[in-house]
Amino acid sequence: MESLALSLVKSFPALSAAPMWAVSLALMVTAGVVVLVFALTFEGVGSLVLRKVAGDIQARIGPNRVGPNGILQFLADGVKLVLKEDLIPEKADRFLFKLAPYLVFVGSFAAFVVVPFGVGLSPADLNIGVYYVMAVTSLVVIGVMLAGWASNNKWALLGGMRAAAQIVSYEIPVGMALIPAVLVAGSLSLQDIVRSQGGLLGLFGWNLFHNPFTFFSFILYFTAAQAETNQTPFDLPEAESELVSGYNVEYSGIRFGLFFLAEFGDMFIVAALATACFLGGWNVPFFNAALLPPLWGNLLSLGVFLAKAFLMVLVMMWVRWTLPRLRVDQLMRMSWKYLVPLTFVNLLGVSLWLLLFRGKGIPQMIASVFG
Amino acid sequence: MTIRPEALPTQEMTINMGPQHPSTHGVLRVILTTDGEVVVRAVPDVGYLHRALEKIGERVTYAQFMPFTDRLDYLAAMNCNCAWAWAVEKLAKIEVPERAEYLRVIVCELNRISSHLIAFGSFTADMGAFTPFLYAIREREKVNDLFEMICGNRLTYNYARIGGVSGDAPPGFLEKTREFLDYFEPKLDEYNNLISYNKIFVHRLANVAAIPGPEAVAYGLTGPNLRGSGVRFDLRKDEPYSVYPKLDFNVCVGTGERGKLGDCFDRYMVRINEMRESVRIVRQALEQIPEGPVLAKVPRVFKPPVGEVYFRSECPRGETGIYLISDGSTNSSRLKIRTGSFVTMNIFEKVTRGLMIADIVAVIGSFDIILPEIDR
Repeated sequence: MESLALSLVKSFPALSAAPMWAVSLALMVTAGVVVLVFALTFEGVGSLVLRKVAGDIQARIGPNRVGPNGILQFLADGVKLVLKEDLIPEKADRFLFKLAPYLVFVGSFAAFVVVPFGVGLSPADLNIGVYYVMAVTSLVVIGVMLAGWASNNKWALLGGMRAAAQIVSYEIPVGMALIPAVLVAGSLSLQDIVRSQGGLLGLFGWNLFHNPFTFFSFILYFTAAQAETNQTPFDLPEAESELVSGYNVEYSGIRFGLFFLAEFGDMFIVAALATACFLGGWNVPFFNAALLPPLWGNLLSLGVFLAKAFLMVLVMMWVRWTLPRLRVDQLMRMSWKYLVPLTFVNLLGVSLWLLLFRGKGIPQMIASVFG
Repeated sequence: MTIRPEALPTQEMTINMGPQHPSTHGVLRVILTTDGEVVVRAVPDVGYLHRALEKIGERVTYAQFMPFTDRLDYLAAMNCNCAWAWAVEKLAKIEVPERAEYLRVIVCELNRISSHLIAFGSFTADMGAFTPFLYAIREREKVNDLFEMICGNRLTYNYARIGGVSGDAPPGFLEKTREFLDYFEPKLDEYNNLISYNKIFVHRLANVAAIPGPEAVAYGLTGPNLRGSGVRFDLRKDEPYSVYPKLDFNVCVGTGERGKLGDCFDRYMVRINEMRESVRIVRQALEQIPEGPVLAKVPRVFKPPVGEVYFRSECPRGETGIYLISDGSTNSSRLKIRTGSFVTMNIFEKVTRGLMIADIVAVIGSFDIILPEIDR
């Protein structure tokens, strides 16, 4: 951010009158607004796609009233959510009740900051990217628990408790399943991880194909991340048929909307991390984006990244509309008895592989055999 | 460090499940006493939908009560219509034309299919899989279309009459019914592939709230809930009425194929299999149906002889028994209706002890209760 500000000042001498921190701040705010707008748009479009796909899966039509073929439905929904009365239950803890949705929203949206959308296109390329995502998405649990507690509703409390137990339990397998990608790349930065998967036609360099253990860790990550973000079949905290939608049962209006947006944000973050860490990120298969002029290369890589991420989101929706829900004890058993040991064994496998074959993956070895 | 249980004071929590809750299938209220997620006690509280149907039955004439039976179980109104008609006919010893009896059996079995479809669909929705519910609704629409064709209504049919049915099947109805059966039968395999043997689904249902056969009998369970416990008892076979003796079908019972005998999965599978048997019954009835009138001559001012009668028939939610006392006037002097769902609620508290909250939903869904039947 500092270097960007410096270069900006150099190219626009008029700016040098302003203090350095002001330029940096303006840049940060601009980047924040761009990400927020992108995220909100994604969520709008995402909810529309979700409902259309759900309609197709469920043998019905889906939204088709607002705009041509219902494509403006998300705008109508957004306007509705903003305009609805903001109800706060009489016995609720007003301060915590109001605070909770923001925490959930912030936890989910802060993760967008490090997503490597394309070549050089990430709001902030932190050198601890993966760690940062793991850390900020865990903030969600505080908001969810607060929402459950502050609502003064027993169902919401149960939902909040379930969410806390679930998110904390699944944090471990999610982190352990991401570490193989970090090990292969030798860096926690998401941009570095994506760059490390660039070779071999931009397809066989993916961590997915690196060795059997990384392939397995992709599956483990995807399963555990679904649970961490409360997606079906692990949507127990908001189990509609049991807990009457759980921790957000008392929320209305835009506060409910924030929970809703955060859920979509989580969905995208999971898909984006899976793409960046295992599916080659913005690497274009069979094509070297670096050969294009800078802007076009950036845009192409952005398109490829979004296409991959959206594909993952679609898979999540497909799972969501197909599977029934686990029971809470089965959920815990799955995490502690199966996923946690498996991810540890898997991590050991990846480490041994990298040690034995000096970091070479199977496609690389095959490529070296054929010259 | 060891944790002494007495050092961690815990408190039981009482939660109201219902009367407004998405999974209680109506206005059922269950008072849950929970220890965390474990349910210590679940006491059903019924009565929110009481409409005094039995008292109404004593104030209106026999024919006028027919539309009220639609509201006895709105998902299986045909079965309730016919149950009332059969009861009154048994009281007054009316000979019903054979074509009318066949039409009744056809619509009853079609309604059993549509009722079990709702049971299947809402059960899977309760388990968190919403898609099969909409598939079930899609098929049920076709049954509703058939009913609209034959009686003009899609929910409250009011089709049966004392002495027959309100109208003959319109041209094309029997062919359309056959078409529906051909369409519907493969769908059952689709359901099984889609959800019935899904690992998560089976794990949620197997070994949950298993009811042994003798206990099911002792608590007076009937219908699929009784057969789910492995008791081979079906009024259509064991106390045959109408033209059921002429039709060949199996009585489906639970086998404990995925867990203990009589668990939620068995009750669920009994319903899936019963839909297949209903298809068979309707097919045979369509083959055998004779030509002829559909309504016997019944006097306009209908006064059955003095006496009393108890008639029970197999409805989708168990045995619907109608007890009538006639004093020779135009309306009954006493009417008592026994319904499957109401009796089922007796065992609810017993089988739900020690389950998880999510299992309560499974148990309610597997009993396939419907509130107008519980409260009447």
